[in-house]
Amino acid sequence: MPEPTIILDALAIRRSLTRIAHEIAERNEHGDEVVLVGIPVGGDHLAARLAKILASIWKHEVPFGILDTTLHRDDLDQRVAPTLHLTVIPFDVNGKTVVLVDDVLFSGRTTRAAMDALNDFGRPKKIQLAVLVDRGHRELPIKADFVGKNVPTALDEKISLLLTEAGAAQDEVILKRK
Amino acid sequence: MSWTKKHLLDVESLTAEELITVLDTAHSFKAVGKRAIKKVPALRGKTVVNLFIEPSTRTRTSFELAAIRLSADVINFSTEASSLKKGETLKDTARNLEALNADFIVIRHSASGAPHFLSRVLDAHVINAGDGAHEHPTQAMLDAFTIREKKGRIAGLKVTILGDILYSRVARSDIWALTKLGAEVTLCGPATLVPRTFEQMGCRVTYDVDEAIRDADIINLLRIQHERQRKTMFPSIGEYTNLYGLTKARLAKAKPDALIMHPGPINRGVEIDSDIADSSRSVILEQVTNGLAVRMAVLFLVNGCKTPVEAA
Repeated sequence: MPEPTIILDALAIRRSLTRIAHEIAERNEHGDEVVLVGIPVGGDHLAARLAKILASIWKHEVPFGILDTTLHRDDLDQRVAPTLHLTVIPFDVNGKTVVLVDDVLFSGRTTRAAMDALNDFGRPKKIQLAVLVDRGHRELPIKADFVGKNVPTALDEKISLLLTEAGAAQDEVILKRK
Repeated sequence: MSWTKKHLLDVESLTAEELITVLDTAHSFKAVGKRAIKKVPALRGKTVVNLFIEPSTRTRTSFELAAIRLSADVINFSTEASSLKKGETLKDTARNLEALNADFIVIRHSASGAPHFLSRVLDAHVINAGDGAHEHPTQAMLDAFTIREKKGRIAGLKVTILGDILYSRVARSDIWALTKLGAEVTLCGPATLVPRTFEQMGCRVTYDVDEAIRDADIINLLRIQHERQRKTMFPSIGEYTNLYGLTKARLAKAKPDALIMHPGPINRGVEIDSDIADSSRSVILEQVTNGLAVRMAVLFLVNGCKTPVEAA
């Protein structure tokens, strides 16, 4: 089995998140309308980190939540039932600009499921998408608004985000051949 | 995550890991039940048939609502209004329902093993909602869920099941589930209804009710299953209440934080004092709420039944 390649190390992840936060701030003049919603596993921790950076830019608290997309997936019939995660959205999304946060953008199906799942909580004014890594191979007409790093990949490669919040020794994005 | 079973037929054949998968999944579904919009599209387009050949209100409505919350279509089927009255066999009834493209058959039947039988003759997912005196898997799962939620754990807890054990499918499923998850289970009741043979399932049997409840973290009460008893198993209801009913005086000897559970329907003044049933120590209604989450979890899990190899 080939050694995994490190695509982003801890410093690069921090820089990417800082840049994404500034891009979010630039795109959304009215910071008080922005809420962050992370998709587990991975996106939830990234949303929390982005909320912290944005709070220091805007000088006010930025609400963030967690949205599990499992029950809205389109492949539930074709696989073992996936693990459910808790959804925690402790704010009203109506009229807000919701920035969905995910670790890796791949087929786009998770984003599609997330937009459907979000519908059950209200009608956001806008939905934007922030991802740490865009690895290509889209199967749906979905595009990220904010991207940490574009990584051309082969279909049989796997990208994993390791974060200290999830018990990793250090923050890393690694690429492995299956 | 580890669920590869196509059917839910009993608790006996499940591993502790599989039980924990159900409890964890149910935990997420319980949160879905607290949203403004409680419906999710996970089973959209699927058909669930509730085939209840024995009376039930709690379990049937719970399965019905669980299926609806998952966006499945539901058909309720009861003996009174069916061709079983005209002499059709269970197999034929079930195969006819399957011919209508039912994806799930939730069956309650007075004969032990009826769900196992259906699972051999049908392609649909079969879920046991209580078969004779054999098992009632989702009840055991919701009991375990309630215990874990209230006490934070199951392993190491002392659980006393008090009442008619012999004729109780709930007792059998509870014993399997709770012992697999590491609880110490004690059974108590009249000797005619609590045979020593239950010790072979890995639990303790005692006929001293005060001793049975003294150290218990959980007191799970069971109803006398008159409909299943073929002969008189004890002299009178009054004597049963005197000797084994959970009265205030008896409960005063239990641990102050012992939880009172009952799968329902309760017989007030028989196995449980009416005030105790309504007290804050009783989690009987929370069991009902949790039952809905557990049944959503079971329907969701058996739907995705392919092995990890097939999925990859």
